[in-house]
Amino acid sequence: MLGPNGAGKTTAVKILSTLITADAGDLHVGGHDLATDPQAVRAAIGVTGQFSAVDGLITGEENMLLMADLHHLPKSQGRQVTADLLERFDLTEAARKPASTYSGGMKRRLDLAMTLVGSPRIIFLDEPTTGLDPRSRHNMWQIIRALVSDGVTVFLTTQYLEEADELADRIAVLSNGRIAAEGTADELKRLIPGGHVRLRFEDPQAYESAATALGEVTRDDEALTLQIPSGGTQRELRAILDWLDTENIEADELTVHTPDLDDVFFALTGPATLPHQPKENAR
Amino acid sequence: MSTLPLAVRDSTTMLRRNLLHARRYPSLTLNLLLTPIMMLLLFVYIFGDVMSAGIGGGNADRSDYIAYIVPGILMMTIGSTVIGAAVSVSTDMAEGVIARFRTMAIHRGSVIIGHVVGSVLQVLASLLLVAAVALAIGFRSTDATALEWLAAFALLALFALALTWIAVGMGLASPNAEAASNMAMPLILLPLISSAFIPADTMPGWFQPIAQYQPFTPAIETLRGLLLGTEIGNNGWIAITWCIALSALGYLWSTSLFNRDPK
Repeated sequence: MLGPNGAGKTTAVKILSTLITADAGDLHVGGHDLATDPQAVRAAIGVTGQFSAVDGLITGEENMLLMADLHHLPKSQGRQVTADLLERFDLTEAARKPASTYSGGMKRRLDLAMTLVGSPRIIFLDEPTTGLDPRSRHNMWQIIRALVSDGVTVFLTTQYLEEADELADRIAVLSNGRIAAEGTADELKRLIPGGHVRLRFEDPQAYESAATALGEVTRDDEALTLQIPSGGTQRELRAILDWLDTENIEADELTVHTPDLDDVFFALTGPATLPHQPKENAR
Repeated sequence: MSTLPLAVRDSTTMLRRNLLHARRYPSLTLNLLLTPIMMLLLFVYIFGDVMSAGIGGGNADRSDYIAYIVPGILMMTIGSTVIGAAVSVSTDMAEGVIARFRTMAIHRGSVIIGHVVGSVLQVLASLLLVAAVALAIGFRSTDATALEWLAAFALLALFALALTWIAVGMGLASPNAEAASNMAMPLILLPLISSAFIPADTMPGWFQPIAQYQPFTPAIETLRGLLLGTEIGNNGWIAITWCIALSALGYLWSTSLFNRDPK
């Protein structure tokens, strides 16, 4: 789920993970009705929130064992799972230090490791990489990919287009609490007529004559560039080139711009739909 | 797993977590413990001579006043240490891990029950420490039988449970630790205006109802009766009624606060 700050991503996760109740609607997670059987939903899911859900006063290992106890694992199995997950998330060395002393990336890894203790089949990850440095973010991506290849369904929220493009099979764009578009990254890119060929000229006179000859183009008189709408296929590109040749127009630079998620994002969550931010400090 | 074993198991897990917190960060409990011990030493050694004279009609010695004040100090210990429960509950509720607990298939009440049982155990440990100080400065029970000792212990535990439930409700109702600590302040002030330090009937007439109609006075009078053989009268039943009513009130208040959607 992709959306700008304040679009309602965290609220959506809170509702779907049974943390708060929905005002309206008919919601099912893993086949269980959220309103009538939240406990069955809870048994099927794992949640790693935006703000680390670890107990800072106890050690990483104690956090893990706490989860094992709450999932009613037998003692020996709890210890085994704890040791395995701490190892997998590169936390073995820090296991006996209080979680409050962990760095942001370590806390996030511990958080996710705690979520995995119960081997949930559905995992909600609310902005799992927000505030992480590039290396930690990359690590987190690898972890998420591994989960997905293990068959876990991951519901991920993010405000980073790159992240959605990298990780998601299906993307929903959330704007102002409503889903503005939904589909694969490619489907979404096709929604937006963002593709164009850009011609740049050095000579203002060549620019003027090209603009007059081409007619249906977007002009940028400052930069002396013209944008011709195009999907960027070879056939379309050749048509443009042929046409430029017959009109005897010579551009100094030609670039092909294919639509990316940025275009989709800005088109769907543009300034007209500026989110209404809740007043956090009003208390 | 059916409800009761699940409740017991998850509550035990939560209790272990809270005791781990208390063991690793004991400063909060120990700080709160200072108040009743300071009060005990202050009233016995600084104000003691005047107090003893007032109590015994002019010719009592200090040991009489020690005997008079210790039951009140024990009750005050409960009032002061449960403030720790209010503070730690409100701190805990701000932690992300509580949101995690809410999304897990665990017994819903176990978070609160873990806090309550943990707090009662901490209060009992504090009572032992204060009782040890009281014994060290010369407190002796005059004629309490084993049964009366047992009843005294049960009364202290019941009173601790009642005040803990109220304190937990206060902790849940407060947005932060400071607010929780302020809200729980009456729990340490109430003993000061009870019969803990001076008999209620020596107070000004208009004030006596305030001292009389509050939970600490009947509980202190009952404890005095059990340990020192003074007249208990109705106070036993009144104290037990207060305990049950406060527990029920605190329980309903706390669970309804906890079951609200978090902010």
